Amino acid sequence: MQLTASTRSAAVIVAPVGRIDHAGTEAFATALKPYLDRCRAGADALIIDMGGVDYISSVGLRALMVAAKQVETQAGRIALAALSPMVREVFEISRFDLLFTIYGSVDEALGDQGGRS
Amino acid sequence: MKVRFWGTRGSIPVALTAPEIRRKLVVALLGCVGRNLATPEAIERYIDEELGFDVRGTFGGHSSCVELDTGGAEHLIFDMGSGARPLGQSFLQRHGTGAPQTYHIFMSHVHWDHIMGFPFFAPVYIQGNRIVIHGCHAVLEQAFRRQQAAPSFPVDFSQLAATIEFDRLEPGKRHSIAGLTITPKLQRHEGDSYGYRVEAQGKCLVYTTDSEHKVGDVDERAAFIEFFRAADLVIFDAMYALADAISVKADWGHSSNIVGVELCQAARVRCLCMYHHEPAYDDQRIAQVLQETRRFEEITRDGHRLEVISAYDGLELEL
Ligand SMILES: [Zn+2]
Ligand SMILES: [Zn+2]
Repeated sequence: MQLTASTRSAAVIVAPVGRIDHAGTEAFATALKPYLDRCRAGADALIIDMGGVDYISSVGLRALMVAAKQVETQAGRIALAALSPMVREVFEISRFDLLFTIYGSVDEALGDQGGRS
Repeated sequence: MKVRFWGTRGSIPVALTAPEIRRKLVVALLGCVGRNLATPEAIERYIDEELGFDVRGTFGGHSSCVELDTGGAEHLIFDMGSGARPLGQSFLQRHGTGAPQTYHIFMSHVHWDHIMGFPFFAPVYIQGNRIVIHGCHAVLEQAFRRQQAAPSFPVDFSQLAATIEFDRLEPGKRHSIAGLTITPKLQRHEGDSYGYRVEAQGKCLVYTTDSEHKVGDVDERAAFIEFFRAADLVIFDAMYALADAISVKADWGHSSNIVGVELCQAARVRCLCMYHHEPAYDDQRIAQVLQETRRFEEITRDGHRLEVISAYDGLELEL
């Protein structure tokens, strides 16, 4: 599990790569933490680019739910983008698709945050 | 060994409604259009091969009750939900009323949906029958007596004709009962519940219902993987979707299809049987959950193929 970050028009984009499974979730949550802490009211939106994630287990889904809850209490904005078809199916089967704002691509997510790059 | 399901619904029994039956009829009859169904054989074939189980049948609505038939002289049952009523009738048909029988009942816990069938389990009214209720709860006997006490039921527990014994089991210990090796395990549920790992005749069955799994609890996960290890069949509480189980329905004491698949994959289980179905779900919804769970197993498969089925009242499995 690797995590890279970049900033584009009014959004911070973090991109995990690899498996967010029982072994990889802790590293993912730790790497994500500073970005969650900064995602507050008035701050840039946080977009998680899921394009590089090829597997996510229940623990990974729970970590995303905890992240979304934290951002919600801080009145920040968080969204997921670019889920692979397989990860998208896991979201649908677990009903996690109902808990998140999910975009087909990072560009689509950026378009919705009020600026395109 | 045979496993027969007499009650598979969670929390409270439910019944099919007229609109649901009408929906099945509409789907079935629409499918007939343009087919030549002039003979009973052609109709049977159409029903069996062209209609889904949610259309041609029903998952049923009785609450938890499962029979394990080892072929031995003594009978083995898990939980006494409302499915215990038809099970009792079946025992009477099989053995009549003249030959005394011994019944071993293993209780996951004493919530209403798991004890409510006991006063309707006909063998308790027959003199000479021996009924042993096994469980780990201190309140086991109290719960059975209380549900039949006035003003809640017309026949008091003390009036039952069969000989009824209570046997307190120790969790984590292997017990030898009626030719089985049976190990109870404490589970996360309001008032506690216990799962049972049963080993007999070279086969292994795990009965684990009303059990919540805290996603992210590493020790708990490892303990359940060990408990399920290489079982032929795991009967698993898959009442909720994962998103509900860990958010709005957290601490309600139930689990999900996703966690069931993950644990059974890690434990190299042969077959996962989803059980304790949500009472708000109709047949179509349970069938959809089954299809999705099979798909989830397929896309997350890691060298081990796990068979996934959904329990229904009347299902019989050969172990
Ligand atoms: Zn229950
Ligand atoms: Zn319960």
